[in-house]
Amino acid sequence: MISAAKLGFSRRNLPIIATMTVFVVLYMIGGMTFRGFLTNRVFFNLLTDNAVLGITAVGMTFVIFTGGIDLSVASVVSTTAMIVAVMTQAGVPNLFVIICAILFGTLLGLVMGFIIHYFDAPAFIVTLSGQFFARGFGYILSLDSVPIQYDFYQKASSFGIRIGNGKLTLPAIILLVVIALGIFISKKTKLGRNIYALGGNEQSALLMGLPVGKTKIIVYTMSGFCASLAGFVYTFYTLSGYGLAAIGLEMDAIASAVIGGTLMTGGYGTIFGTLIGTLIQGVIKTIISFHGELSAYWIKIFVGGMLLSFILLQRVFVAGSGKRD
Amino acid sequence: MSDNLLEAIGVSKSFPGVKALSNVNLQLGRGEIHGLMGENGAGKSTLIKAITGVYPRDNGQILLDGVEIHPTSPLDAEALGISTVFQEVNLLNNLSVAENLAIGRQPTKKTGTLDWKKMNEDARRILQKFEIDIDVTELLGNYSIAIQQMVAIARALELDSKLLILDEPTSSLNLDEVEKLFKQMRRLKEEGHSIIFVTHFLDQVFEITDKITVLRNGEYVGLFNTADMTKMDLVSKLMGKEIDELHEFEKLSKEQKHKEHQEVLLETEKLGKNGYMAPIDIDIAKGDIVGLGGLLGSGRTEIAKMLFGLVHTDNGGLKIKGIHSKIRSPKQALMNQLALCPEDRKEESIIPDLSVKENIILALQVKQGWFKPLSAKKKEEIAQKYIDLLNIKTPSSEQAIKNLSGGNQQKVIVARWLATNPNVLIVDEPTRGIDVGAKTEIQKLLLKLSGEGMGVLFISSEIEEVVRCSNKVYILQDRKVVNELHDDQINEQQIMHAIAAKGDS
Repeated sequence: MISAAKLGFSRRNLPIIATMTVFVVLYMIGGMTFRGFLTNRVFFNLLTDNAVLGITAVGMTFVIFTGGIDLSVASVVSTTAMIVAVMTQAGVPNLFVIICAILFGTLLGLVMGFIIHYFDAPAFIVTLSGQFFARGFGYILSLDSVPIQYDFYQKASSFGIRIGNGKLTLPAIILLVVIALGIFISKKTKLGRNIYALGGNEQSALLMGLPVGKTKIIVYTMSGFCASLAGFVYTFYTLSGYGLAAIGLEMDAIASAVIGGTLMTGGYGTIFGTLIGTLIQGVIKTIISFHGELSAYWIKIFVGGMLLSFILLQRVFVAGSGKRD
Repeated sequence: MSDNLLEAIGVSKSFPGVKALSNVNLQLGRGEIHGLMGENGAGKSTLIKAITGVYPRDNGQILLDGVEIHPTSPLDAEALGISTVFQEVNLLNNLSVAENLAIGRQPTKKTGTLDWKKMNEDARRILQKFEIDIDVTELLGNYSIAIQQMVAIARALELDSKLLILDEPTSSLNLDEVEKLFKQMRRLKEEGHSIIFVTHFLDQVFEITDKITVLRNGEYVGLFNTADMTKMDLVSKLMGKEIDELHEFEKLSKEQKHKEHQEVLLETEKLGKNGYMAPIDIDIAKGDIVGLGGLLGSGRTEIAKMLFGLVHTDNGGLKIKGIHSKIRSPKQALMNQLALCPEDRKEESIIPDLSVKENIILALQVKQGWFKPLSAKKKEEIAQKYIDLLNIKTPSSEQAIKNLSGGNQQKVIVARWLATNPNVLIVDEPTRGIDVGAKTEIQKLLLKLSGEGMGVLFISSEIEEVVRCSNKVYILQDRKVVNELHDDQINEQQIMHAIAAKGDS
């Protein structure tokens, strides 16, 4: 009986174990193929280089937990960076700039959440219009790349804690904090559990007396917040705002969640999985850049193949879990 | 303060094309267990939903403690002190058992974070009352419907409300579990809570309720003292006519049970699947109604799934009309003139938004192949034929099936499979959660079909029903066929003995 329970437990964890295995295997392949791959530097760069994606993906994962989707995140990232650039250029005090930048995505998420809940509108369409709106708004601010020349961003860009030959940068720190917060919310708070409940079965959640509408709105707001935060972090790399930045990032974020074991239909998945999903994409990028001869487009092909195999794995996993009396 | 805890006066509710409730009353005393009875489509569920705020009422008053209430959601009703277990299990399969019991009111630590340890302990303690000993950290979806149902009830009982509404809580429970539930209900009653108990089981109503309100066709028939009524009184109130039908029915089935030896339609040879079902040898002959007797989880549904190709078996085989056949998918089963009405009507049978007509022709169209669509006229003919034949109560064949009552939905599903003209019909709990009238109709239909030469595999958790219809019963224990009873051996005692027998063979 005990062993059956234990088996059941590990079966439930199968997707995340598979994801971890793939990550370790890829990392080992990199390590065996290239010199200097198995160093702190490469590992911390992995965190730094994928912070924007990872932060965005945390918000996205919560949305997918509820069975929804948020297509607006990439354009929110780019437009947030643009807002920072334009406002800084105009000489607005930095604290105010940060507040405006973060509020932009958060409010957009809030509005989209309201519309999705009160008009019972499909999230796909509502967030697609959000994407167009945010992208368009970025172009209105400026068609060109706007440089950010302000001390804070220069410093933020070069800040880091040395660990061996690696550097734990500010983006990496923010990523880890967001992941930790995400795990905390998903496991330790009522909100987190309501999010899973909503994704499990909205009608049941409603009949069980859970605050379905409120939860939905909060989830899109959280995703907007994460996207804006990611946009803010984005400025540390580029030190500029550009309207065409981060195109297609929303799809990468979805890929992070799915590779990390989150079910698109909602109700199942983990935030930790999303971190690993993000890092797997990062490792593929790193391997390809170490290789030097493969073009960057191979990244997409590998990530695509990975995504497909994980979806297939999930199918097998779902089919393999029988009912017990 | 009023004498009654809850009073509904002249409540009405219409849906497009259907008057679900007209001028219905309900009076519920304090510390009373009140049966709400009615045939399918009588409006019981609608009344419950009006009381709990799932639907707004069109007319009438609902008073709680003498004060009019207008709940707008189940959550709202909960805040007023009304908690409900709705007809279909409505819990979250993706969360653990413990979480399903606690969600919305989880215990928290001083820091405000969730206290999982306490949640799991509470869950174990709560389920202990029902003598359920399961791993509460396992996902709810991995347990049977009966367990899920018990969890739903346990959840509602824990709310400590003034009024508890149970809408057909016992339809997927076995006798033992029903007793445990009744024990809890009596305890609540002693503590002064009131309970509205909706059910189709006459015995249960007489066992547990103090008063009974009867509805028929959305109208109020009356309020009765349970002690003053006989079963026959109640049945005639429910059906709206004096009936000897039950007696007539017994006669009909007795006559049919004695039959000549007939051609075997379906036969299994050591058919089984490792870890799922031990190898079985069963056969169904022309005109047979073969019952499966056994407790929940003994392998009843598993047999149906193996025969219908829903589960891939790994040993043995089966013969159809004496010919070895392989059935690896429902489509192949369909092509071999098998039909299966599954256990879970809501999840496995109905397509809620499609019309009655579309739901009926579905399997036939699959059988015929999608490249040979049935003509509109043919579809209408078939739909109409079965609506008449099975006495399906629907305003038209175009009505979406989700707007029909449970019993009528079930009839549509039976019609879907009859339309494919099967040799062997497998019915898994066809009468679960439907009223006496529809139940008798379905049982009669099965007898009629077997009289016409169809073979029927009849799965039901109601022994009485199995006894009444079957001419052969296989007894199951722990996913094994352990015994086989024929004609005169088939009675409730025998079956119960066989089920309870320690079968080491």
